[in-house]
Amino acid sequence: MSDILSIGCAAGFGGDRTDAALPIVETMISRGGPGVLIYEMLAERTLALAQLDRRKNPGGGFAPLLELMVRPVLRKCLEHGIPIVSNFGAANPLAAAQLIRRIANDQGITNARIAIVEGDDLSDERGRDLLRGYLRPAAAEREIVSANVYLGAAAIADALRAGAQVVVTGRVADPSLTVGPAMAHFNWSETDWDKLGRATMAGHLLECGAQVTGGYFADPGLKDVPDVAHVGFPIAEIAADGSFVITKADATGGIVDARTVKEQLLYELHDPSAYLTPDVIADISEAEISELGENRIAVVGVRGHPRPATLKATICFAGGWLGEGEISYAGPNAEARARLAAEIIRERMDDALQLRFDLIGVLSVFGDDRGNAFGNCAPTDSRDVRLRVAGVHPDRTPVEQLMREVMALYTCGPAGGGGVRTSITQRLNSVSCFVPRELVPSTFAFLE
Amino acid sequence: MINEETYIPLHQLAHSRTGDKGSTANISLIAYAPEIFPLLVANVTEERVHELFRHRTPTSVRRYMLPKLGAMNFVLEDVLDGGVNDALNLDSHGKTLSFLLLRLEIPVPTELLQFVRALPEEGAGCSPR
Repeated sequence: MSDILSIGCAAGFGGDRTDAALPIVETMISRGGPGVLIYEMLAERTLALAQLDRRKNPGGGFAPLLELMVRPVLRKCLEHGIPIVSNFGAANPLAAAQLIRRIANDQGITNARIAIVEGDDLSDERGRDLLRGYLRPAAAEREIVSANVYLGAAAIADALRAGAQVVVTGRVADPSLTVGPAMAHFNWSETDWDKLGRATMAGHLLECGAQVTGGYFADPGLKDVPDVAHVGFPIAEIAADGSFVITKADATGGIVDARTVKEQLLYELHDPSAYLTPDVIADISEAEISELGENRIAVVGVRGHPRPATLKATICFAGGWLGEGEISYAGPNAEARARLAAEIIRERMDDALQLRFDLIGVLSVFGDDRGNAFGNCAPTDSRDVRLRVAGVHPDRTPVEQLMREVMALYTCGPAGGGGVRTSITQRLNSVSCFVPRELVPSTFAFLE
Repeated sequence: MINEETYIPLHQLAHSRTGDKGSTANISLIAYAPEIFPLLVANVTEERVHELFRHRTPTSVRRYMLPKLGAMNFVLEDVLDGGVNDALNLDSHGKTLSFLLLRLEIPVPTELLQFVRALPEEGAGCSPR
């Protein structure tokens, strides 16, 4: 029998469903063979928020949903030899590993081997000094909230080869969560480019969770998804040459077919012949879909080219303040009243800050911040319109003023306005740069 | 003989998903039927897509071909007003933009009308409004 490694992905972002893992783990156990469970929980901005969290609380800074995600399956995974690999360590992998140790202890397992991948965090003094050489001068002078390099699969693979049952990482490239376990299992070298390229695309298809199994896909009447409320999360079956089949957890909703796989294959991709990761440059320009059966899709023809010499780093800075306020108008002449409310705000704020207006129900998301689309949009007969006002400023005071002006539309604005909501949040700005990989070594360590 | 053509929105011919990286959006366009793909190639050009997104002032629109998938990938630079960290848009990721592309209408010759997907029937709307 050929050697197949199953890798299931139970989360596609930090706020994903917390009940996806159990059906995956049960499916991998019932199908037999080696399996790995991954969670991808770290979007571009998530890490900066985690770093802010850690500043407030030295024991925090990892994925807030970690415990809800892991507790239902930890014991089963440890007992059945299914390693867990995830970037849920975020800004504090050590604290995340300690929490997992506590959950394992609660469940009567005291000897779990938990590894921490290190090397991504460049927000300390040494890291900042290193980055200064690669950032534009204006960025180098700003106060850094977080700075992390995207690590590759090597340290994950090393940890698994050393017997880790749980691997906790901070920032790693999303597909590396899949490539690492495949490298370890099949004993690939770091220059098996085609194998790494294929496993990278398997990881790319897994990394957004249900987005390949019928989530983020349904368009009633055109693209219907069976039992979408219980959409199952994906499992990739990877062979020794890196080729793979995408399937999903048993007894769940959703669908894996040529359409769902194509949409996710191209998601967040630019040049299809050069998908850059720390591990490899993957190439799907000649890739084809092969439908093997119900909810079983192979992607064939994926290639790999030698990896880039640099690693990408993302640096987040404290940004200004964003204020968002909304008020509804309904019934006859609703849109005209909403447009008048927007004019009132504009006149009252008098260029104090950058503003954007949207008419929710008429035109809100297709437009642009400068209002190019809005300006060309003649009034409609919309009868249920919600004006949205957004403004940003480096200081909080003018943003607070803007929110008060939205609130005051209750008594000073057009007739019949209702349902005001306002919120103020601090923004994070980010820049990316590339640093030579030899300057950012990664390694792993077992939790004592 | 005149070859009759009907204008059909892409929504009934292809499906699409948007991804974001910084202020750059990528929008895939995937034919439902392989017979439709050459029609997409001929009609959904970089110029047409640039014009459709003109109000969002792209600095470049690049089309990548994936004929073996019956798909194209459009990469639009600087259409997200700075992207998730900077834009004032409710949808700062630009996730909804795939359906702006799918509004584009292209001419479909009579012999290919069999590949046009039917839309579900529209309801009468809500009351009161």
